Amino acid sequence: MSSTVRLLAVLAWRNLWRHPGRTGAILFALALGVWSMVSLAGLTRGVLEGQPERAIANLTGHVQIHAPGYRDDPVVEHSMPPPGPELRAVLAAGALAWAARVRVPAIVVSERESAAVTLVGIDPAQERGLSFIPGAVVAGRYLESVDDAGLLIGRKLAERLETRLGWRVVVMSEGADNELADRGFRIVGLFDAEPEAIETGYVFVGRRAAQRMLRLGERISEIALVAPERDRIDSLLERLRAAAPDLDVRPWTEIEPLLVLTEELSNVVLVIWYLIVFTAMSFGLVNTLLMAVFERTREFGLFQALGMRPRLIVGQVLGESVILIALGLALGNAAAALTLRWLESGLDLSAFAEGFEMAGYSPVLYPEVAAGDVLAANLLVLVLGLIASLYPAWRAARHVPVRALART
Amino acid sequence: MEPTVVCRKVSKVYRQDSVAVHALVDVDLVIPRQDFLCLYGPSGSGKTTLLNLIGGLDRPTSGEIIVDGQRIDNMASGALAQLRLHRIGFVFQAYNLIPVLTARENVEFVMQLQGVPAAERRRRALEILAEVGLEGLADRRPAELSGGQQQRVAVARAIVSEPALVLADEPTANLDSKTAENLMQLLVHMNREHGVTFVFSTHDRLVMDFSRRLIGLRDGRIVEDRRREAAA
Repeated sequence: MSSTVRLLAVLAWRNLWRHPGRTGAILFALALGVWSMVSLAGLTRGVLEGQPERAIANLTGHVQIHAPGYRDDPVVEHSMPPPGPELRAVLAAGALAWAARVRVPAIVVSERESAAVTLVGIDPAQERGLSFIPGAVVAGRYLESVDDAGLLIGRKLAERLETRLGWRVVVMSEGADNELADRGFRIVGLFDAEPEAIETGYVFVGRRAAQRMLRLGERISEIALVAPERDRIDSLLERLRAAAPDLDVRPWTEIEPLLVLTEELSNVVLVIWYLIVFTAMSFGLVNTLLMAVFERTREFGLFQALGMRPRLIVGQVLGESVILIALGLALGNAAAALTLRWLESGLDLSAFAEGFEMAGYSPVLYPEVAAGDVLAANLLVLVLGLIASLYPAWRAARHVPVRALART
Repeated sequence: MEPTVVCRKVSKVYRQDSVAVHALVDVDLVIPRQDFLCLYGPSGSGKTTLLNLIGGLDRPTSGEIIVDGQRIDNMASGALAQLRLHRIGFVFQAYNLIPVLTARENVEFVMQLQGVPAAERRRRALEILAEVGLEGLADRRPAELSGGQQQRVAVARAIVSEPALVLADEPTANLDSKTAENLMQLLVHMNREHGVTFVFSTHDRLVMDFSRRLIGLRDGRIVEDRRREAAA
């Protein structure tokens, strides 16, 4: 370090502590701002990162294939044949896991209550590694085969229907012949799921049991698959569309557009929040530096009289700003790291965030730290903080020495 | 030998509430090397203004000022700062030490800006502090020193890098007579041993007694310029 830089650093550091209370207050404000920026980014990212994974794991997958019209009207009429050899080959080559499902709207009726649900006929083996249901059973058992006529329902749905494990319920839907299709099922398992809408809105049976009830033959409602990487599915989509030109092949971003919109909106909200916090912080920073510069006018005149170039005076004030900002960043980041670590096991907002559930979001937030967000927050504070400090620094350097020295 | 300072027809006019105040009027002055001179006169006579102009702390309204061979009245502020850094030392009436630095660091301040290596800086600072009688007080901050001690630190800072010219504005104003005399003896010593040119502005009889040349100012004009035998 050159002697001049060392001198500036010593002056900057010691000058900061001439007024410990003032320095402490602005440090607290800076740290608070950085803490809020990083923590909020962590929580927001947690929602954004967790939600697509949760939606994908719930039933969405990375890609879904349907008969044309199914997405607008998901009835039995819009079913499709099981995948042919060409489509199977693409699925086998490009997907980590895939499953063919029957999925239709239905009504489930217990002895006391009824509820509108989606009946999903699954191949229990295919769902492993694809959806949440194999690991979500909390009472009873998981389905054993495509012919399994046992019914899996959500625990909360069971409460709502006032039924329980081992009891029978009737499931009704429209059959392939447009006649009412209904059948009694014994509840063989209860599952938990987030969000609650999944737990109350879906019931699962073996796929063939569903096909028999709906008189569908071998036809299915959808194929869902997961690819090796969520955000690199373009070429797989092309191959799937080539293999199934008559079917509707869609990525998760089109199936769950709200998630994408939410992510974009959240990014904008984060940037706005960063700017609001920074603006508040910068007023404090500039005010502190201006007060320091005003109080030390005579000293700056002395520095000039002793031969310090104006740009070094600018450097000294900026040095004070850098130290303040660096300490504020260190404290703020440390506080944010502790906060996010404390919230690692999840922040439960269920008591006052029912809207989350209605929108399909989990009420429990798991923070997710994105290096880019932390870097952006830190760089924003550092760079804009230095820019904001230029004015006080310029003020300090523009004094005529003789007038500055005359100040009392 | 080239003089340390040359002033030609130097005038300075201040504006106070649209009234022009003529602080200096057509001052001509030549200060040879190793001179030890005193500007005296009543308040408002222009002593401090002349000192500030010679030190490049302010600019004349008209006229020409040459310091150490360089014309400074139209010099850019960066170059002027460099000239002050390397060729001019200042001693102020109010000491003007840097409060966050110790006595040694205050003395090192100018050398640090000059880029003198740390070890040499430290050695020279401690030497000069010992020379001004502040041995053992090097690590004290200004607030922990008496007025006389602070003024000696300021003198040490002004002369440590052996400038061509030291400008001292009322250097004894806040000192008791004993301390003031010691300080003046020190400055005479520096003048003789290190060949530094000293220019004082003062009301103090003691400073005038030590000076070899007295320049009287009144209403911004030089009214007397005489050489004399100094007290020490």
